[in-house]
Amino acid sequence: MTMKAQLMGGGEKSFGRGSAAVERVSENRRAAATNPFSTTADGAASRARRWLERSSVGLLRAATYVVLCCGLAVFGDIALKGSRTVFRAEWPFVNVEFLTQAPESLHVFEYAGESREMGDREFRAFAASERARAVAAEEEGRKGRAAPPAEPLRSQSYVYAAGGIWPCIVGTVLLVTGAMGIALVLGVGAAIFLSEYAREGRALRLIRLSILNLAGVPSIVFGLFGFALFVNFFGWNVSLLAGWCTLAVMVLPVVITAAEEALKAVPRGLREGSLALGATPWQTIRRAVLPCALPGIFTSSILGIARVAGETAPIMFTAAYVVRDKLPWEVERISDFVFQGVMALPYHIYVVATKIPQNEYSSRVQYGTAFVFLGVVGLLALSSLLLRNRFKTSW
Amino acid sequence: MVTIENLTPSRGLANRLLETHFMRSAVVHPTLGTRAGAIVERPPVLRVAPGRTAPVHAPTAIEVEHLDFAYGAKQALFDINLALPARQVTAFIGPSGCGKTTLLRCFNRMNDLVDVARLTRGQIRIHGADINAAEVDPILLRKRVGMVFQKSNPFPKSIYENVAYGLRIQGQRRRAVLDAAVEQALRSAALWDEVKDRLGDSGLALSGGQQQRLCIARALAVEPQVLLMDEPCAALDPIATAKIEELIGELKRRYTIVIVTHSMQQAQRCSDQTCFFYMGHLVESGATRQIFTQPTDPQTAAYINGHFG
Repeated sequence: MTMKAQLMGGGEKSFGRGSAAVERVSENRRAAATNPFSTTADGAASRARRWLERSSVGLLRAATYVVLCCGLAVFGDIALKGSRTVFRAEWPFVNVEFLTQAPESLHVFEYAGESREMGDREFRAFAASERARAVAAEEEGRKGRAAPPAEPLRSQSYVYAAGGIWPCIVGTVLLVTGAMGIALVLGVGAAIFLSEYAREGRALRLIRLSILNLAGVPSIVFGLFGFALFVNFFGWNVSLLAGWCTLAVMVLPVVITAAEEALKAVPRGLREGSLALGATPWQTIRRAVLPCALPGIFTSSILGIARVAGETAPIMFTAAYVVRDKLPWEVERISDFVFQGVMALPYHIYVVATKIPQNEYSSRVQYGTAFVFLGVVGLLALSSLLLRNRFKTSW
Repeated sequence: MVTIENLTPSRGLANRLLETHFMRSAVVHPTLGTRAGAIVERPPVLRVAPGRTAPVHAPTAIEVEHLDFAYGAKQALFDINLALPARQVTAFIGPSGCGKTTLLRCFNRMNDLVDVARLTRGQIRIHGADINAAEVDPILLRKRVGMVFQKSNPFPKSIYENVAYGLRIQGQRRRAVLDAAVEQALRSAALWDEVKDRLGDSGLALSGGQQQRLCIARALAVEPQVLLMDEPCAALDPIATAKIEELIGELKRRYTIVIVTHSMQQAQRCSDQTCFFYMGHLVESGATRQIFTQPTDPQTAAYINGHFG
């Protein structure tokens, strides 16, 4: 049906019944035949054009939906299976243990005819009390009274399947904030120099090109680089500091490019206005250009946050421990803080997904960790957004 | 021969617009005609009679001698010779790309920011000092020679901070000094009454005309001697333009003003001297009335009569 016909159909309805409406419709039809812009004017060509238009829009729409479905499938799977670990049906609805405890082994054993699951510490305490009971029972037995026979506890243990991932959450937040801090200071500084001070020319083009290339380097290469330079050569060992620096180097190209774009977007008039008032170039940057560019820099840095939080390769040699009993603030001297390794969410996922025997217990932890991980990255990005809005409203 | 001229160019349209649109209390002056009551009365300006060049009483503020200026290989200004009188308004007119803005930006060395821009010959002296001498600090120069741009460019800060910006970068921290300077500058820019109750609001929240006056206030706050205006009304409607022109008439009592404009009516309304540029050459300069009534150069005549440009 042509567009014209549709219009007429609508017209018929709105005009209602009666001969006047019918007359009007036939009049319209006559007008359509003589209208040089009507679809009947060049028939086939017009139809082909519209067919092409409609099918190309359809293709683009399909592409969008495919992407959307992939995303939904991944996130839905993680959210569905992860929420089983993270949330509880009864009060307080959140698996507090999972979010606040360190990982430990899970013991599954038969007791009094039923299967029980216990974390390592709980199990040890339970086993100790059982032993004590058995000893007491033996004492009683010696005294001649009847006692239940003490059966030894036989358990199957699964590593990391009990407890929680609190140290990993803490470690990831520490790694991200520290690395982003270093990357922002270095990156914004470099971007200011490149876009405000450096003279356009071959050297600058070369520098820009190498920065862009740096963005394409695989993250494992950064990991090895960090291991060679920070861990071995500087002798920082596996530590927060080494991880910060490695992640910062990895994310620098993103930050520099983003900051340069944000600085370029600052209107030229703002700089000239400031300079014309007798401000030095640095004063101009500090007081007029940077406040204007900061929201943009923060927005683009959110991409950097996701990358820093998500990469496993750069930290596996430089900052991450498979397991660590102490939390980062439980250090003897405050100066040791940056020289300690931490647990981290992406590395924990890597460990529980590849380094331990797979079973239903480990898969619970995997999905739970992945779900929490998404949440933590989301929260970090959100806080960065809030920070940006603060800058925006306070000019 | 010095005569007293009582009709200054910025009256007329400007005030008529102000009256009709703002219903200000208007007073009728026997010789000056109708004017807005809020505007402070201004003494008649001494002028030379038409046909003469620079007024005898006005000392020279800016002198340009044999100036050649180039952007890379492309020469933009050719042998400019000019003397601008102090405390008067000089208008630069001419078609686009004729070099008037380039020359204006030479006066506070804003062209330093353009990598390829070079002054290839000649000298510019402001109050006798060569501003391109090796020992001159462009920062100090720009404090003395303020500038207002075509597109109003308030900083994304409060109105107060916009005006205080120039003093803050000079290291002024005392609140009392800043307060006084901000009020003074806003009053001079005829903006005080409109913004005094909302100095903390963003400068970007003001209307276009108010923003431009804010930029003027900002430039005035650092106490310049010369005020350069690069098409200050290009983006403004007639009412806002009228206010700015009126302001220019006020400001010239204290500042030497150079204004680049594409509007010949504006040049006529608010300038004392006019310089006509064409293709990088200074074609003609002189008293505004003379340029517009008896131009000596045929190109000038063609331009002011609207035959090109």
